[in-house]
Amino acid sequence: MKRYFQDVLVLARKDLLLELRARDTVPAMLLFVIAAFVTFHFALPSQSSDLAAKGLLWVALVFTALLGLTRAFVAERNERLLDGLLLAPCDRSAIWLAKGVAVVAFLAIAEVVALPAFSIFFSGVDGATIAGAVLADVGIAAVGTLLAAMASVSRARELLLPLLFLPVAIPVVVGGVGASVVDNPGRYLGFLALYDGVFAILSWASFEYVVTE
Amino acid sequence: MSTWLRNNQLIALAGGAAGLVSAAVALIFFYAPVDRDGLNQKIFYFHVPIAFTAYVCFGWGAWKALRHLWKRSPGADLESYVAIHQGVIFGALTLATGSLWAKVRWGHWWVWSERQLVLFLVLFLFYSAYFMLRFSIEEGPQRANICAVYAIFGVVLIPISILAIRLAENFIHPIAFNKHGPQMATSQFATFCVALAAMLVLAGALYRLELAGKRLDAQLRELREALA
Repeated sequence: MKRYFQDVLVLARKDLLLELRARDTVPAMLLFVIAAFVTFHFALPSQSSDLAAKGLLWVALVFTALLGLTRAFVAERNERLLDGLLLAPCDRSAIWLAKGVAVVAFLAIAEVVALPAFSIFFSGVDGATIAGAVLADVGIAAVGTLLAAMASVSRARELLLPLLFLPVAIPVVVGGVGASVVDNPGRYLGFLALYDGVFAILSWASFEYVVTE
Repeated sequence: MSTWLRNNQLIALAGGAAGLVSAAVALIFFYAPVDRDGLNQKIFYFHVPIAFTAYVCFGWGAWKALRHLWKRSPGADLESYVAIHQGVIFGALTLATGSLWAKVRWGHWWVWSERQLVLFLVLFLFYSAYFMLRFSIEEGPQRANICAVYAIFGVVLIPISILAIRLAENFIHPIAFNKHGPQMATSQFATFCVALAAMLVLAGALYRLELAGKRLDAQLRELREALA
């Protein structure tokens, strides 16, 4: 068990180090989310309520996550790194968990910038929205990492991931928007936690089949 | 008789489907009473059984996917694909019949507060991506595995999406329509059961037919490769 988490830690460290050196995913996500907010400002008619802006916040977050996820397995694919990882004496699900941890880290960095930017541009962000974003990050990373691994095997690659990811991400949007706009966000946060649990277990158990023959 | 049935499953199923569908249509239009909704209520006997059949197809596809991953049953990958293909066809029919019903009943082609319809739209998008995924991966064991995992994701997504759509109604559409109106009479329920059986047997026959075609294709390809 301890060994497993050591493997995860080493693999996640590799992903974070790669990003720290190349810096190609996180800056793109940050720029994208700000650009999306600016676009939304011009997309929203002047009389629209804060509620509409809150809905668009979640659209921006999901698409930013999608942008990060399309890059998640680029190194593994281009440099044939995945073959090496599969040969390493570690559990295959550790690869998924490490990649998921890295994706959560990228999303968290993007949101640390995006949520204050949203509150400056549109309206204040409450605790429930932040809690919703944290729970949504976990779910998005769990499902998204698995789907990104699937898409990286296919010929269509970047084209395919949004098609696979968005239908699965609809419940995340429902939970997130619900947590942001209603007075008692408990049910929505509970739903997001349920989503995280169910899809994390499923993805953890099935990742091995996606990367092996 | 039993040997004949075993050897001619497809013919038996197709015959059964033809009989049951005719019986269902006859019952729907000549036996089931016209209730206060008028004639458009008849689409209920098509819409609900088709939707149910689509679920059964998706479930069957996921079961075959599980068999593929778990027991490595030969052919389970193809069976899972064919079941999902049928599910998508019945899902598209659910969307079409539901949309028609919404138009006649509420005057709009699309009603976001109609949960079943919204759910089918999400599932339709999800399973359409299944085909994109399947046909952009080289044929082989890895494709079979990936498709199997995706198919299993689908059946998990169904209850999660049902829950999500229910929750979303609280902040999108607070008023829910009561779709069934009056309680069902016995004659209506009997008609509904026959219609449901008809759709299930029809789906079974189509499943077998497509499977037979695909297997024949595969055999032909093998023969060609052997001769080349």
